[in-house]
Amino acid sequence: MIETRTFNGTTLRKDFPILAQPTSRGKRLVYLDSAATSQKPQAVIDTLDRYYREYNANIHRGVYEIAARATDAYEHARATVATFLGVHSRDVVFTRNATEAINLVAYSWGNRNIGSGDVVLISELEHHSNLVPWLRLCERKGATLRYIPVDANGRLLLDDLDERLRGVKLVAVTHVSNTLGTINPVEEIIRRAHAVGAFVLIDGAQAVPHLAVNIAELDADFYAFSGHKMLGPTGIGALIATHAILEEMDPFLYGGDMIGTVGYHSVSFNDVPYKFEAGTASIADAIGLGTAIDYLTALGMDAVAAHERDLSAYALTRLAELEPRGLAIYGPRDPATMCGAISFNFADVHAHDLASILDTQGICIRAGHHCTMPLMEKMGWSATARASFYVYNDHDDIDALIDGLKTAATIFKV
Amino acid sequence: MDDFYRDYILEHYRNPHNFGKLDAPTATAEQTNPLCGDRIRMDLLVGDDGLVADVRFSGKGCAISQASASMLTDEIRGKTLEEVARLGKDVILENVGIGISPTRMKCAMLGLRVLKSAAIGSIASWPDEDA
Repeated sequence: MIETRTFNGTTLRKDFPILAQPTSRGKRLVYLDSAATSQKPQAVIDTLDRYYREYNANIHRGVYEIAARATDAYEHARATVATFLGVHSRDVVFTRNATEAINLVAYSWGNRNIGSGDVVLISELEHHSNLVPWLRLCERKGATLRYIPVDANGRLLLDDLDERLRGVKLVAVTHVSNTLGTINPVEEIIRRAHAVGAFVLIDGAQAVPHLAVNIAELDADFYAFSGHKMLGPTGIGALIATHAILEEMDPFLYGGDMIGTVGYHSVSFNDVPYKFEAGTASIADAIGLGTAIDYLTALGMDAVAAHERDLSAYALTRLAELEPRGLAIYGPRDPATMCGAISFNFADVHAHDLASILDTQGICIRAGHHCTMPLMEKMGWSATARASFYVYNDHDDIDALIDGLKTAATIFKV
Repeated sequence: MDDFYRDYILEHYRNPHNFGKLDAPTATAEQTNPLCGDRIRMDLLVGDDGLVADVRFSGKGCAISQASASMLTDEIRGKTLEEVARLGKDVILENVGIGISPTRMKCAMLGLRVLKSAAIGSIASWPDEDA
């Protein structure tokens, strides 16, 4: 049983060693790029260290003690993911990240189920990872890629959804926009898609770290996320899918551990989920993801979401102070329907110049197209600056951002 | 890096020299920096004497990419395409005057890369990666 902790960003900072390290200019590190990747708590770092020091061994094979311990820890991590997201362990396929999970579906399920004349429906908000695999699948198969449009504030326009769903075989949408922080009404999209018999994939890379997500209740057919954005190590993520669909799907990668029996001219495959996990897995990273989930569970995902709503509300208020000087805030501007990220531009200072000036003050933000080039093109932004928040951020971090932006304004004479 | 944003850099950023397009360029190229989406186009007009008679650049991006492209265009007239193709990163580093962080080097080099691409008629390598 995990003990619950009450928290605020300031009290959690001590759990993250990197946040105690001053930058090369002697500044406090103000990390506002968690939508790109999160920092790691000592507990996760310790888990990786302990695996390599104490029981590094390959899984599902060795009969010796440390191999059994590694296998137990890896499968325990799978169970931790399953409990966290309200699904069964056997429906959790470990992948490198959300991108690999989505590609797995695009190849294994898509190759078999999408054909000439079929329609795949995605949204204009998608990260390249939930756009390019479908673009290529549709090109390969002679299928059509259709888009749910987005309004000027980054909200999906769902009025014509039923019309757009006509003939659609698969809907693939992001749960939370990585660029604008918009929380999409995925429950409604899933319900309306299922009503016309379409399958639904949700890209949860920006949702699972920040919101309480129950995939079984959502009733998504496929759900993808990455561990490194939720306090876990890089190189581990998962695809969660309905068991019957996984059973019917072809494997993605072929090789060791995913097989049943192999002859020189024949092969049978392992059970779900193992048939999708070819080769040696990122064992330490999977176990580390389990520790990250334990850490988040102790905080409570509702408390995490509330903490981020508070940060978003405070950041929106403080950023608004700079609007008379030319600061433009993009996205919903409503803490209740956004999480984790705010995009903005400041007068004629390019986002990259803002990021460089903030960097000299120890402040890390993202600048650019955020892997959503079509969205940027549609909105007419060549680049935006993005500040994104997580459990270890507090009002001081946002104050530092505002001070840094004022410095940039002085340097650029705006 | 704060030191980088000197007045003459900001002046070139806000009022770039030779900005625009040529009606009938002899050579042209346009590229983006995939890192940040900065985009620059370079148009060259070469006279009968084989020398660059006119140059224009267009695009959008950060102060570093736009100012370094602007300053570069001031130095191109009177050169042959062969000379333009041989320009190295030093021309940019001398122009912008002060150390650019490694993360922003591609921004500074984009204009030169596009210019060299126009001169050779194919995609040039990144000047900062040339041996």
